[in-house]
Formats: sequence, structure tokens, C-alpha cells
Amino acid sequence: MKKSLKKFIENAGWPRVIIGLFLLSLFILAPFVGVQLDNSLTDTFVRFGMNGVMVLAMIPMVQSGCGLNFGLPLGIIAGLLGATLSIEFNEKILEFLSITAQTGPGFRAFAGFASAVIMALPIAAILGYFYGKLLNRVKGDEMMIATYVGFSSVAFMCIAWLLLPYKHPTMIWGYAGAGLRTTISVDNFWHSALDGFLGTTININNTGVQLDKLTLPIGTFLFFAFMAFLVWLFMRSKTGTAMTAVGSNPEFARASGVNVDRMRVISVMLSTMLGAIGIIVYEQSFGFIQLYMGPFYMALPAVASILLGGASVNKATILNVIIGTFLFQGILTMTPSVINSVLQTDMSEVIRLIVSNGMILYALTRKVRSKR
Amino acid sequence: MRNFNKILSVIANNAVPIIFIIISAIAIPLSGFSASYLVQELLTRIGRNAFLILSLLIPIMAGMGLNFGMVLGAMAGQIGLILVSDWAIVGIPGMVLAMIVGTPIAALLGIFCGGVLNRAKGQEMVTSYILGFFINGVYQLVVLYFMGWVIPIVSPTLLLSRGYGIRNAVSLLGIRGVLDNLIPVSIPFFGGTVRIPLATLLVIAAFCFFIVWFRRTKLGQDMRAIGQSQPVADSAGIAVNKTRIIAIVISTVLACYGQIIYLQNMGTLNTYNSHDQAGMFSIAALLIGGASVSRASIANVFAGVILFHLMFIVAPMAGKNLIGQAQIGEYFRVFVSYGIIAIALVLHAWKRNRDRENARRSLRGNGQAQQS
Repeated sequence: MKKSLKKFIENAGWPRVIIGLFLLSLFILAPFVGVQLDNSLTDTFVRFGMNGVMVLAMIPMVQSGCGLNFGLPLGIIAGLLGATLSIEFNEKILEFLSITAQTGPGFRAFAGFASAVIMALPIAAILGYFYGKLLNRVKGDEMMIATYVGFSSVAFMCIAWLLLPYKHPTMIWGYAGAGLRTTISVDNFWHSALDGFLGTTININNTGVQLDKLTLPIGTFLFFAFMAFLVWLFMRSKTGTAMTAVGSNPEFARASGVNVDRMRVISVMLSTMLGAIGIIVYEQSFGFIQLYMGPFYMALPAVASILLGGASVNKATILNVIIGTFLFQGILTMTPSVINSVLQTDMSEVIRLIVSNGMILYALTRKVRSKR
Repeated sequence: MRNFNKILSVIANNAVPIIFIIISAIAIPLSGFSASYLVQELLTRIGRNAFLILSLLIPIMAGMGLNFGMVLGAMAGQIGLILVSDWAIVGIPGMVLAMIVGTPIAALLGIFCGGVLNRAKGQEMVTSYILGFFINGVYQLVVLYFMGWVIPIVSPTLLLSRGYGIRNAVSLLGIRGVLDNLIPVSIPFFGGTVRIPLATLLVIAAFCFFIVWFRRTKLGQDMRAIGQSQPVADSAGIAVNKTRIIAIVISTVLACYGQIIYLQNMGTLNTYNSHDQAGMFSIAALLIGGASVSRASIANVFAGVILFHLMFIVAPMAGKNLIGQAQIGEYFRVFVSYGIIAIALVLHAWKRNRDRENARRSLRGNGQAQQS
């Protein structure tokens, strides 16, 4: 018993065990300090749906040996471009699809969401292609360079958001008549396009625990499951297997006739495209598009999530994504409410910083040890 | 023709500073600032930033790349300053005391940082970068929750109204400009007068001499040997890991002093932001001065401070006069700071991979020649 426990901890790694126990204790503590468990669980599930696809975007690059995708902001920018374009041309798109006011708000929202994704994907593919080409030239230093490619592209887009000729009145600054706002509401376009789809309130009474208002964003979950299935399918295809081979042993892959550089570029393109879809899913749930410095630090939570789920710098699975996102978002929702009721202060920001970066640090220092 | 090639290679090796000289040459007339104003601003900023940037040199010498972990030292310095302003010790004694308080904290953080980096060889930069975020979380925990609770703070002007935690902005009136104005010197210059922060410049000069001297010591030579090749240094009997830790400790402690000098010039401490910017701006400035990840000199530091801050001063005004929006100039300089780090990292990794490839190819070529 003691031996198997020790082995489990060894496999999972100390930080994961500590963080898992921490989250568990938060859930146990919650009812005693008067925190509504159903609200917290709902929040956790909603946030899971919001962030899931962005965490999924880590998988291809990790598997192909490009390391953790700190350059996620690049994909996010493609998503933001798609999102803003879909609002700019919302009327025209709806007209084109001959969707009228009678068609029903849910369908309109979904059409808007789909148009955002469709417009974002080619942009993400092009950006990802060049990003992948760049990363091929800097093998060994991908993560640091990815970080700064992400940062500089966000800063570059800050200038672009000011200058791009968007015209839609809900998006541009009213008094200047030009330049996009820092936050754009998607309320009238595709807010809850997925969340609202099959958005159901499940009443679970008489189960011992009071879970009256547990709301699950079924549509977002289904979409996440669909994306995860696609990634799963892809990783089992011929290309996906070759990609994994490149990540595990590039020399061996080359000897087996796999074009290493091409596989890496494909993986980076995939990561970037998933990042673009991820941010649009995030926005339809959140209700706002955040421009300018908004995407700046968005890579870190996603990276931390997948590591928390048990991934390492060169191996990641769908299960890692699901467990990690749930744990990470669980901590984010539970700490403010529980710690707030116990200590009367909001320590969530500090705990988020320590947990997410501690997790990344752990993964970075571990990779080298296992190599020797 | 040979001369022409020589000139071309000089230009290629110093592409970054040359681009910045050109940008500044265009932006200075556009901004419309007077010469005396620019010189005054530049002198102030050299005094303010040079020490921080110089603290980066020693880890580069030891082959550890850009020490993104210098923010650890900056945080130690800030803790020293907070305590000193609570004890109401002003003037030069206050500054010295802040340094004395900061030194052990910085040294401990440096030992920790060095230990972590030894476990992540080859990934020093990204690890030290994430370490900065991680320690930032710990720093916030200490400053926002422990100060005034575990660590006694008496001054109510420092504390948040809830009774513990330090305010967002701490006024450092007591030590504001004490070093800059220790030896007051003003000289007339192009119709204006320019005040020279002589004492600060003297301290910086002393630091430069320290680095020149340090390079010639046994320890300095060891570090350069490690920077050249770790296996060779190891077999020559140099304690590689220990020497690397020493390099980081020196850098962290010096960054702590650098941050104190920086803040005595600024006069206010942004408790939760000052250190973040310190790291990024110092690294960007050093790279703009023509340094690379593996090679940096004192001349790079001063060229970098002048060029980077020249752009800092003139970019917003130039942006305003050119396009009518100061915001664009602002974003432009953020973009340049990140972009320049990205480009420098890419160039370094690219060159290293190309060298490695060439070495392998020449080896292979020789082998074939012998066989046939």
C-alpha cells in the first residue's frame, strides 16, 4: 500500500499531488464556509468549456517536439481577426445565408460564430506556416523564441488595431471614428453561440449534496469533445503518427523517411489554428473580445493547465488536457470564493501565479533529469 | 574589394544598432525636441539604467544567456526599499541600508535561481524567465499579505487601508535623487543647462572597472571557460555547477543594487510593476546595443542605453507629429522592445544551428574523403 502510494506520487510528481490535494481540500472546505457548491461547480464547468480548446492547442506542438507553445498569442491574434471580421461583416453574412430575424436567435448566433471560425482558420494557417518555418531554424530554443514571437506579434497588432479600417459602429471608438475599442461586446452577434445551444439547467436534488442550479454549457462541451475527437483522430492518422515519431526521436524519424521539418511545420500550423478556434470559443462564452494587450499572457494558463494534467515538455495526451484544464480552472474558481470566506482576502491572483508558474518550472527542470 | 567586404561584414555584425541609429535619425527631427533637452534626458536615463543592464554581463560571460532572472534581484531591492522607507531612514544612509537589507535576500534568491538553472541546462533563458514569474507570485504573497502582518510595518502611509499589505505606489521622497544630486554639476549646453548626475555615473564607472577586473580573476576566467564549453571546463577541473551559481548570485545581487539606484532616480516605487519592466527593458537595451546571447561588452551596454532610450523619448512625440496619435508611438516602442529581443534570440539560435550543421558536414566530408 505504502509502496504503491509512493509510486503513484513518483509518477504524478509532487507538484501535481500537492495541487490536486489542495483543490480537493477546497471542495471539502467549501460547504463549511458557506460557499455554494453548485455555483462553484457551474463556474468550473463553464470555464472548462471556455479554455478547453486553447489547452488542446498545446498537443500538436508538444507531440512534434517543438515544446510548449508559448507562442499561443499568435493563434489568438488570428482568432481575434476572425472574430472582428465576423462582426464587421455580420449583416452581409446573415444576408448571404438568407438568415432573417425570424430564423431564431440561436441559429443567427451560431452562424456568426461559424463565420468567425471560418475566417480565422486561413489566417491562422498562414501565420502558423511562417511561425513553423521560423521555429525550424531555431531548434533547441523554440520555447524562448515562441514567447517573444507571441509578445511582439501582440504588440504589433496593437498598432494594427488602431489603424485597420474597421467601420462597424459597435467596434470602433465613438469619438474618434476610427480604431477598435479595447473590449468589444459580442452580445448582439454570437454571445453564447455554443453555451446557449442545448444550454441546460440540470436539477439534481436528493443526492445528499445540494446541487440545485448546476448549469452545464452542453453545447460548448460538445464542441470541445468534437475538437478533441478530431485531434485524437489526427494523432492516429499516418501524419499524426509520423509527427509523434519526430517528437520522440527526430534522428530515428529521419532515418525512417519522415520529413522532420515538414512535420514540425504542420504541427505548428495545427497548434495555431486550434489556438484561433480556442479564443473564439472563449469569447462566445465570455461575451467580449479583448484586443490590444488582452492576449498578452494568455499562453501561460494554457501551458500550465496541460502540464498540471500530467503532460511533460515532449509528451501530451487528450486526457492530460481534460484533467489539467479541470484542475486549473477548478483552482481558479474555488480559491477566490473559499479563501475569501476563510481569510476575508482575495488571494486568487497570487495563488494563480505561483501554481501556474511553479508547474511550468517543474516541467522544465524535470525534462533534463529524465534525459540523463 | 576586400575593404568593401570588410565594411559589409561590420554592417552585418552591427545590424541592430545601425537600424536604431537610422530610426532615431529620422525620429529626432520629427519629435521637435531641443538638443539640450535630449542630452539631459539621456544623461538621466544612463544614470538610471546602466547599472541594471551591467548586471546582465556576468551570466552571459558564463554562457548562461540573458539572465531573465534579474527581476529576482530587483524584487529584493524593492523589499529593502520598502523596509527602509518604513523605518524612515533618509538620504544616502537609507540607500545604503536598503542595499544591506536587499543583499542577503538577493543572494538567497540567486542561489535558488542558480540551482534551478543547473537542472535546466540548455533552457536557461526560458527557465529563468518563468522563474521570474514564479518568484513574482511569492513576492506578491510577501508584500501584499505578510507585510504588516508577519513582517511589522508601522507607517500607515505604506499600508493599505485594510491594515496589511503595501500600497500600489510607495513614495520614496526620502531618498529621491540623493545619489544623483550628491555632487551637483551643471554645465551650459546649446542654450540650456544640463545637470549631470555625477555621483551615479561614478558608481557606474566603478562597476565597469569591477567587471574589467573580474574578468581577469581566477573566477572570471573559469566562467569564460564554462561559457566556451562546459564539458571541457569540467574536465579541466572547474566546478561547473558551483561557478554557474556564483555567476547568477553576483548578477542577482548587482541587479538588486541596480534597482535601488533606478528607484532613487524615479522617486516612486510601483510596488507590483516596477520589477517587471526592469528585466525586459534592460535586456532589450543590451541587445539593441549590439550584444548577442553569448557575447556582450561594456560598450554594448552604453550604446544600448543611449539608442534604446533615445527611441523611448522621441517615439511618442514623433508618432504624434507624424500620424496625430501619441498612442501609436507608444505601441511602436513596446513592439520594438519585444521584437528586438525576438530577433536577437532568433539570430543567435539560427547561427548556432548553422555552425553545428557546418561542423557536422565538414566532419562527414572528411570521413568520405578518407574512405575513398
